[in-house]
Amino acid sequence: MSTQTAPWIILFAPLVSAALILLLGKFSKTLSASLAILAALTGCVLSWWLFNQSVDAKMLSHTWLSLGPELNLTIGISLDHLSQVMLLVVTSISVLVFIYSLGYMRDEEGYSRFFAGLSLFLFSMLGIVLANNFMMLFIFWELVGVSSYILIGHYYSKDSAADAGKQAFIVNRIGDFGLMLGILLLWFGTGTVIFAELIESIPGLATAPIFLTIACILIFMGTIGKSAQMPLHVWLPNSMEGPTPVSSLLHAATMVAAGVYMLARIFPILHAVPTACEIIAWVGGITCFAAALMATQQSDIKRILAYSTISQLGYMVLGIGVAPTSDVAMFHLFTHACFKCLLFLAAGSVMIAMHHEVDMWQMGGLRKKTPVTMLCFFAGMLALAGCPSTSGYFSKDLIIEWAVVKIPFLGWLVAAAAGLTAFYIFREFLVVFFGKARSEHAEHAKEQPVTMLIPMLVLSVLALLAGFPFIQDHFFKLARPDHELVPHLLHPLLYVMFFGGAGLATMLYFKAQKDPISIPLFANRLYIDNVYFWFVRNIQGGGAAFLSWADRWVVDLLVVQVPSKLTWACGFALRFLQLGNIQAYAFFFGAGVVGILYILIFK
Amino acid sequence: MSPVSPLLFLILVPIFSALLVMAGANPRFTAILGSALNVLFLLAVAFFYNPAQSGFQFVSSFPVVSQLGIGFTLGADGLSLVMLFLSVVVTLAAVCVARAPLENPRWFYASILLISAGVVGAFASVDVFFFYMFHELALIPTFLLIGIWGSGDRQAAAWKATVYLATGSFILLLGIIGLYLIQPEGSRSFDLRQILSSAQAGQIPDSPAVYLLLLIGFGILVSLFPFHTWAPQAYASAPAPASMLHAGVLKKFGLYGLIRLTVPILPESVQAFAPILLTLLACNILYVGYCTIAQRKLDLMLGYSSVMHMGYIFLGFVALNQVSLTGASLMLLSHGLTIALLFALCGEIRERVGTLDFSELGGIARATPKLGLAFGFAAMASVGLPGFVGFAGELLVFFGSFASGAPQMGFLNGKEVFGFNGYQIVTICAVWGIVISAIYMLRAYRRVFMGPLPDRWSRLSDLSGFPHAAIVLLIAVMLFFGFFPQILVNLVTPALLLP
Repeated sequence: MSTQTAPWIILFAPLVSAALILLLGKFSKTLSASLAILAALTGCVLSWWLFNQSVDAKMLSHTWLSLGPELNLTIGISLDHLSQVMLLVVTSISVLVFIYSLGYMRDEEGYSRFFAGLSLFLFSMLGIVLANNFMMLFIFWELVGVSSYILIGHYYSKDSAADAGKQAFIVNRIGDFGLMLGILLLWFGTGTVIFAELIESIPGLATAPIFLTIACILIFMGTIGKSAQMPLHVWLPNSMEGPTPVSSLLHAATMVAAGVYMLARIFPILHAVPTACEIIAWVGGITCFAAALMATQQSDIKRILAYSTISQLGYMVLGIGVAPTSDVAMFHLFTHACFKCLLFLAAGSVMIAMHHEVDMWQMGGLRKKTPVTMLCFFAGMLALAGCPSTSGYFSKDLIIEWAVVKIPFLGWLVAAAAGLTAFYIFREFLVVFFGKARSEHAEHAKEQPVTMLIPMLVLSVLALLAGFPFIQDHFFKLARPDHELVPHLLHPLLYVMFFGGAGLATMLYFKAQKDPISIPLFANRLYIDNVYFWFVRNIQGGGAAFLSWADRWVVDLLVVQVPSKLTWACGFALRFLQLGNIQAYAFFFGAGVVGILYILIFK
Repeated sequence: MSPVSPLLFLILVPIFSALLVMAGANPRFTAILGSALNVLFLLAVAFFYNPAQSGFQFVSSFPVVSQLGIGFTLGADGLSLVMLFLSVVVTLAAVCVARAPLENPRWFYASILLISAGVVGAFASVDVFFFYMFHELALIPTFLLIGIWGSGDRQAAAWKATVYLATGSFILLLGIIGLYLIQPEGSRSFDLRQILSSAQAGQIPDSPAVYLLLLIGFGILVSLFPFHTWAPQAYASAPAPASMLHAGVLKKFGLYGLIRLTVPILPESVQAFAPILLTLLACNILYVGYCTIAQRKLDLMLGYSSVMHMGYIFLGFVALNQVSLTGASLMLLSHGLTIALLFALCGEIRERVGTLDFSELGGIARATPKLGLAFGFAAMASVGLPGFVGFAGELLVFFGSFASGAPQMGFLNGKEVFGFNGYQIVTICAVWGIVISAIYMLRAYRRVFMGPLPDRWSRLSDLSGFPHAAIVLLIAVMLFFGFFPQILVNLVTPALLLP
């Protein structure tokens, strides 16, 4: 085993397992699951091994499509610190979620299809992580979109799941439109799509700031789609229609973070153009705050977490925009992967206990019925809310510090979002696990099997500890803003935010039987979904219907009917030829050709 | 006189199969056997093809009208080999999924085989006159298939297609005659090799009139906007094998002809008329794309989507550089395979549930999982997913056309200027097309296969037998070339003959 071959094995093992499951899955459910877990485990072990190896920068690459020097598209691996850390995150979380799925999916239909989908996803995600050029990244970017489509639509006979999968794919494609154009533009300007060469050409590119800004913003559109930033965030909450392990792995921990990872990959390019960074920071900051607002008034346990994911991704995007190294955002990506994955797994455990009920106002008092799940959720909640000395506290505070230093308004805005975060997650925790049981199912809920609990417990430890300084130093090279520049008020304020948000939620929800506050604006997600719905129905649908009508009654009429009327006038004289069947016309047609030939020869 | 070209067998096998069918052999079995034999023949030809050698190979020539330089000349280079491969594979798939009608099954199969003979002949012809004649030969059985064995308003659809395509063919014929007449007196010929060498010697004036005739003639055949309205209706009415062969193979004749004839001979005219063609093809992509979204029946939607995708190939053609033309050539193959697969599956659906109306369909993936999976593959291939050959083609078209034309960005007197030229604006429209195609394809998949399954369809039979094998074959070919597009690139680039 060498460092040259290991990445290829990591990458292709899940594809092989997906293909095998597709072929052999109908014979045995156990075989399907074993194949998927084996591939993920192989990747995980090799990733940890690779992380401790010193890697030479020169990696093998294979030509995929080449037209000479002007366009040479390759499949190549980039193995640097960034991809090594991301490999660890993706493969480790995958192994835990795959094992959890054994328990979660035990009685579900389409068991083999599910594991084939997960393996395909893992392959695509690893492709994004390992890509050394933009085209390979785009290829796997699209494949991730498809695996997400397949997995969201797992319960395809359900209308809502079918619609959600479709919406996720189409919204992501809007982002991909920008990404593709960004890649084209960068290639047009530099003649290459390879990250390392693009970064080398920054001094030349920096002389054309307009070009580079536009290219960066177009590429950022890819992130807006994949990482569910505003205004393309609407698909993520709906993607919760998929099975919970999917929500946990794809739509919280890894896939949605791919957008942030891509920005980290081209970080030096972004930072050559301050305008692009500023736009990125604003999109991230506003998304972070707005999504937190929307999360405060949801009642579906998974959707609250989905809005929370959007909000946390906002922090990461903001971190890319304001911090001087990409590791600041990557650190939050790392801790968020641990605690958000955990929260989703815990929510899935609750859902199984509740027979797939997702409305938290039907739950209550589950702390006694499902104590382990409650403890795990509690650990994840503390990390998400930024309880001091948990992982989320370290990573989130660092981003907020940088934001306050660089763009003060955004910094204070996302500091306020931290308070909202504590509020909405404590609200969910209290309503689900405390108070009285509000339904039949809640009274008879049972704890889950160990295959589900063990991954949750492992993640709980990570969620609490993954942010400690010795871990930070081992995995990341973080940069802190100068102490002088950070307002002294900031840290006390963040404590106030955590305790204030948690305290307010406890006051309002500790024994609430129904929601004591009602803010329709937040509950209806700021009406953004409605605007989209209206647009798709009236503008796109209406416009398309109009064009279709015009095609039939205007274009067709002009092109066909006018000449045909003229022809009819001539044809009137030739009526005796009208035999009314096509064979005859075919004959005359052939005869005409021969006639023309005759004229040509004997003219 | 030269030795007999192996390509002649590719034309004769379907003709003989058709004769056998008419003479009383089992129509289905004979057709499948003949088509499979042709695929093997072609693979053998491809095996002996020497990619290092430029120009046509396996050439055989029989003078027919020597005064005019017309000869029955067969030959193949990389591009025609790819098209021949497409023809035989789609033919095999078409006869496998064909369901014999109750009336005149022999005529039905014979017509399919004759279309195959026609397209193979067209793509194997080095002589422009026979190139044209073989195309006409293939059109006649197509009309018959639509008019006699079609569904819905088949007579009207067949008539409309006949009127359009006959007009297109007529204009095309004028163009070809024009191409003959602008050659220098004394060395006039219909032999492509002769024409190309005259063009290389600079003896053929770049005549805009001839280019326009060729563009409009070929354009009507390829359903270039605004001459596209015949296509969706004709495909919707045609029986599955006819739509597969026409949309998949026969229609490619027009674009193949444009790439073959106008790129090396009339490049200046191509560039001179680029703004008009760019406008029209942008309409193909955007206008027809949105029309596709509005369709309420699967067959019409597929017909429109096929028209939309022609826009990409036209873009690759008009951008007129190595990358874009290679992309266009790859798309000729990929679109042919994809649309053939989609029409095959559409026929299978119609066969099972009897309707293609989105408002009546739903949930049938639960009853027919294999059909659902296959349509999933086809839909993803159609939206240009990586892994399928269509992605490689689209990508090359995007890259090529984005780099075409005079750049509008750069530095002017030391100050940065930023703007897009016409090619780039249309490329942006084309990239938006990936969103449009995702919208209509996924919507179709959602409406047909997903959602609750009505009780009346709980006992539908799934794919099996020959149709299943044919569908798997088409998917396998798309995936193979999607993973290894370089094979195609190495074949077609020497054949493109850029000015």
